[in-house]
Amino acid sequence: MIARVTSDAAIEVRGLRKRYGDVDAVSGIDFTVQRGEIFGLLGPNGAGKTTTVEVLEGYRERTAGEVAVLGHDPGRRERALRERVGIVLQSSGMYRHVSVREALVHWSGLYPHPRDVDEVIELAGLGEKADARTRQLSGGQLRRLDFALALVGDPELIFLDEPTTGFDPAARRTAWETIRSLKALGKTVLLTTHYLDEAQELADRVAIIKNGAIIAEGAPSELGVGGEVRYRVAYRSGSGETTAQETDDPTTVLYELTRAALDRGERLEELSVTRPSLEDVYLELTADE
Amino acid sequence: MSDATLLWHQYRLERRMFWRNPSAAFFNFLLPLLFLALFGAIFSANQANLDVIVPGIAGMAVMATTFSALAFNMTFLREQGILKRIRGTPLPGTIYFGGIALSAVTNTVIQIAVITISGKLFFGIAWPQRWFELAVFVAAGVVCFASLGVALSHVIPNFESAPAYVNAIFLPVIFISGVFYDAASAPSFLLDIAQILPLKHLIDGLSGAMVTGVGLTDNLGSLAVIGVWAALGIVLAVRGFSWESHRS
Repeated sequence: MIARVTSDAAIEVRGLRKRYGDVDAVSGIDFTVQRGEIFGLLGPNGAGKTTTVEVLEGYRERTAGEVAVLGHDPGRRERALRERVGIVLQSSGMYRHVSVREALVHWSGLYPHPRDVDEVIELAGLGEKADARTRQLSGGQLRRLDFALALVGDPELIFLDEPTTGFDPAARRTAWETIRSLKALGKTVLLTTHYLDEAQELADRVAIIKNGAIIAEGAPSELGVGGEVRYRVAYRSGSGETTAQETDDPTTVLYELTRAALDRGERLEELSVTRPSLEDVYLELTADE
Repeated sequence: MSDATLLWHQYRLERRMFWRNPSAAFFNFLLPLLFLALFGAIFSANQANLDVIVPGIAGMAVMATTFSALAFNMTFLREQGILKRIRGTPLPGTIYFGGIALSAVTNTVIQIAVITISGKLFFGIAWPQRWFELAVFVAAGVVCFASLGVALSHVIPNFESAPAYVNAIFLPVIFISGVFYDAASAPSFLLDIAQILPLKHLIDGLSGAMVTGVGLTDNLGSLAVIGVWAALGIVLAVRGFSWESHRS
């Protein structure tokens, strides 16, 4: 019997393991999602993101570990927990012969304190399609319906499994606005994505998961390889070549560089100091040796 | 919202979706009535044949509205991920499937009513002599064929192949079980097979209730066969149940 974690956090995961046959899809991970935070779970396909999220959503039974979602064990599938959670699955179909509004009215009836249906329709950007049958919606509109169905019960915690896959850039921006508005309402969001800009844009903290294990965790801006924060200093030399070097002490490097250049009477064209983007960190971490 | 209200809402939604889906409405609804009209016209000069065809079509209607409809529906809902989506909501599974089952039963009841009224108005058959027996056999048939339909959906690999799986069972069974002729006049090996299956026994029971006036006590054997299949169907429907298609 696995003990339940009791905690004030929205999600508490300790030593979570999920085994399929003799393969560990998730091999003992720990993380905590605080209330009111957007937490990103990043990783390549097959890393164990969806398995992890589906354990937390109550779809999969875990092999080992302790898990608490809003203080409940999701494996027990209590109705009281499902009333407080909204789920956007990676892909799931919908009834074809109902309108958007009918679907949302029906869904809102499943929850004790639903949001106003018309408000949710507007929030999801489905105002013009409110009376259209769902089978007439485009892929992007169906995804917005997924959002709307997950939000209509006014959940405290929302799971978003690759919510913007297949969106055009404008639609992604709109979806990001919606997700930020959830945070503004004090909701907790667990977001899985393989879009790094999405994680960087939205998440307060991210965990990078690879081969079923978490290999880095922290705020997107603070994530570094091996724990140290590195800077990249680059410039174009007189001969036209771009030179770059990495450092954890950009002040000294800049001073040396600029003094040497001034001594030579040169200008350092295109001088820049950048911190590694989440993408750089991610690619370095998830690269197969 | 109380569970009874939730069930009512689910039921109403299922009914609305049913009528908006032309192919479901046709196969579940018009096809048995079309068969009744056609065979009724063909046999119109022969009352003995009409006495067979009316309860036969009634039995077929029970099977079509429960077994075939639920095998299709469950396969579709599972493959589309609708079951998985529902499972993530607070709606209890029993209420959700209760709504689906009630909707199927509604189709059965409407069909039996239309067939009974047509029998009286057009095919020279009196009102059913035994309403109680009619209700008992329809109820037993619904439970039996609904559970077998759900059980069948567990082995159907995808929605495209659902018609093949369903009709590979449905069509031979309705032919050998005496929907269109008196099963007793079929070759004995076919009759032997039909005797093992539930549909012939359902038709025997319906025939007793609607035409010949044979009571429940004389049809207990038929009820028992339906009951055994119902028990088997329920076990298979529950034990093999999955909320998600296996490919995911």
